[in-house]
Amino acid sequence: MKFHETKTSQGLQIIAELNPHAQSVAIGFFVRTGSRDETSEVSGVSHFLEHMAFKGNEKFSADDVNLTFDEIGAKYNASTSEEVTTFYAAILPEYMETAFEILSCLIQPSLRQEDFDMEKNVILEEIGMYEDQPTFVAYENLMKSHFSGHPLSRSILGSQKSIQELTCEQMQNYHRSHYQTGNITLAVAGRCEWEQLSDFIDKYCSRWPQGKIDRPVQEATPQGDLKIITKDGNLQQHVMQMAAAPSAQNPLRYAAEMLSVIVGDDHNSRMYWDLVDPGHCESAEIGFNEYDGSGTYMTYFSCQPERTSEIIARITAIYEDVNRNNVTEEELAQAKNKIASRVVLRSERPMGRLSSLGGNWVYRKEYRSVADDLETVQSLSLDEIHKLLEAYPLSQTTTTTVGPLTSLNGN
Amino acid sequence: MKPQEIRTHEFANGLTLVVESMEDVQSAAFSFLAPGGSVFDAENRNGTAALLTDLMTRGAGDKDSRQLSSELDNLGIQHSESVGHLFLGFSGASLADNIPKALPIFGDIIRRPHLPEDQFEPVKMGVAQSLAAMEDEPRQKIMIELRKRCYTSPWGIPTDGTLADLENITVEDVKNHYKKYFSPGSAIMGVAGRVDFDEICESVEHVFGDWNGPELPEISLGDQGPDRDHIEQDSSQTQIGIAYRAVPYRDPDYYAAWAAVSVLSGGMSSRLFTEVREKRGLCYAIHASLNTLKDEGRVLCYAGTTVQRAQETLDATLKELARLGDGIEESELQRCKARAKSSLVMQQESTMSRASSIARDFYHLNRVNTLEEVREKIDALTIERVLEYVHSHTPDQLTVLTIGPDPLEVNFEVP
Repeated sequence: MKFHETKTSQGLQIIAELNPHAQSVAIGFFVRTGSRDETSEVSGVSHFLEHMAFKGNEKFSADDVNLTFDEIGAKYNASTSEEVTTFYAAILPEYMETAFEILSCLIQPSLRQEDFDMEKNVILEEIGMYEDQPTFVAYENLMKSHFSGHPLSRSILGSQKSIQELTCEQMQNYHRSHYQTGNITLAVAGRCEWEQLSDFIDKYCSRWPQGKIDRPVQEATPQGDLKIITKDGNLQQHVMQMAAAPSAQNPLRYAAEMLSVIVGDDHNSRMYWDLVDPGHCESAEIGFNEYDGSGTYMTYFSCQPERTSEIIARITAIYEDVNRNNVTEEELAQAKNKIASRVVLRSERPMGRLSSLGGNWVYRKEYRSVADDLETVQSLSLDEIHKLLEAYPLSQTTTTTVGPLTSLNGN
Repeated sequence: MKPQEIRTHEFANGLTLVVESMEDVQSAAFSFLAPGGSVFDAENRNGTAALLTDLMTRGAGDKDSRQLSSELDNLGIQHSESVGHLFLGFSGASLADNIPKALPIFGDIIRRPHLPEDQFEPVKMGVAQSLAAMEDEPRQKIMIELRKRCYTSPWGIPTDGTLADLENITVEDVKNHYKKYFSPGSAIMGVAGRVDFDEICESVEHVFGDWNGPELPEISLGDQGPDRDHIEQDSSQTQIGIAYRAVPYRDPDYYAAWAAVSVLSGGMSSRLFTEVREKRGLCYAIHASLNTLKDEGRVLCYAGTTVQRAQETLDATLKELARLGDGIEESELQRCKARAKSSLVMQQESTMSRASSIARDFYHLNRVNTLEEVREKIDALTIERVLEYVHSHTPDQLTVLTIGPDPLEVNFEVP
């Protein structure tokens, strides 16, 4: 396993963790752009743009992109979050150049009007699909109210209205300002030669527009809110809550990850034993999400509608106990073993390494090997969790619920 | 492709162990298939197997529920339990050294579960809520309802249970289910990763060697749902499910059937994605896949689309199914082969996927197909062979189910 890092003279950041024993290689372009970088006029443009990338450029048509990826048996896709748009592929090493060329063409697509008009329908369908999923509706509305007034409140998909009104020209402008070399990190994991990779970068990325665009990253100060979205025909009540947690740049994030496993992992956690095991909830979890400058603890549970207030109170009691008394040595030791095993299993595939490789660099300009991650997990102490709880206690600041209820006062 | 080291051992009680030793990994994984799945649920008691699966982990051997969870977490075992049609599945993965240490714990769960009566109501409440949550998700619901209508009962009944049946099921039913069906006779355990065959064999012998159980009864077939159906639901999108007959995994034509479905829906250059989504922009999600039981198979096809465009989506999808027999291009087949080859190689990077794959192979074939054998079979496919399959398996008994505000018209002529 060998790590390489360099920046091209055009400003494109390259990181690679190369492993001659791997069977495959995974390549990802991580573009530092997402819904938080948008304005209301172009809400949803980052995600729509991710779709438009697959429509190709002057050299490759939309058909060519998909045909070529499938011809080499690539496992490829793209994703858009609040902060990062990622284009990735896992392939057998002999197809490295083809995959690299096509992936790099996705970064500078033609953005043709006719493709834009057709793909708009697909985006509207995607919005429709998520409207029928209670957990997604809850998440989207929760982000909106928890981060009210902060860029992280913006919807990734946008709305039917913002997408209908978006023009191809607005998208081209957005692309020009956000897809510059200074905003892009290329990460490679698995079997590949560093010299070969350098050649491909020269050949396929050297004419990309240079520059960089920054984003404001002030920490959010959520005020808290309750939003009830009534869906008459539904059987279960879905509840999501958020509270402030460490940001992606805060060293307390490791403690936050550990704490969320101890308190709210899907199995053998405080919430599991108190809520799921006795059958009070279908599921009840807490997760830690990190962003540039901000972070969240996100609580989720689903239960019978009439028991919603009671479950919220039970969770409050769990959080208050942890805030006051910390967790135990025994819980910490178990969570360490659980996380260590997840780290190792996930890392056995180049595709599994790619996201942590890219994420660490995009957020922190940092390389962490699997051994580094294991070392951090093993050395975490109750003291560190205590520090975390002082700075970011577990809480239920903002609540969104989707289901048959019209209020949380017992009816 | 790297040569694989796969060995099989049948114990005196009928349990079969299949082991694949892998060099370039640190982990190992197992997949234990024990008979007692949902096909054995009694009439009006669909959900018995699902309740049993949950109850089994709530205390076994000399440990209670919490002790079992703690021991597995201390060993770093990522584990899950699932209900299948024929089997209950118990799977786990961790650093290779810890797998032999975890086996006695799973031995207790499988052979000596407490099935505590005081835990039955909580288990039932949990299962009832997960079924209710499924009702709220039309995308999940359509595939469950489609299976009911395209497979004969009990192969089409939902493995997770039916909400209305749950109240009929007693803790005695669940205990009887365990007693009647849990046995080593047709159980299969797949293990893959950095393991030594002889050592694993010895550990499994120690834990399961003296396990005995009843013979499995014949499974009698019942009803099948209607070919055309609509479930009314107030939603943004209409869900479309289509199913038709295909051959099962052990059939010599299986890879031809696989290629035919791949031309329709393998990768983003496939026909359904290109014609229905890319060219017409009718939907976001559309796919078809080959589903296999031991003796029969189906192609299951899904599309989700806004209500106003649902009829056009169904028409366009059916048109693609109908025209498959008109011809397939060489380049389409080549892409299927390339995708298969890369999947086969990448499977070797995951102990979890290999463990479940070898156990499943053994159930279907009584042996394990090596990845090299699969590659040869796929390489040997020709256009003629695939078309011959398509022509002899035309979708003449099409099952079409929709969920949404309005029913749709099925305009399909058997090619």
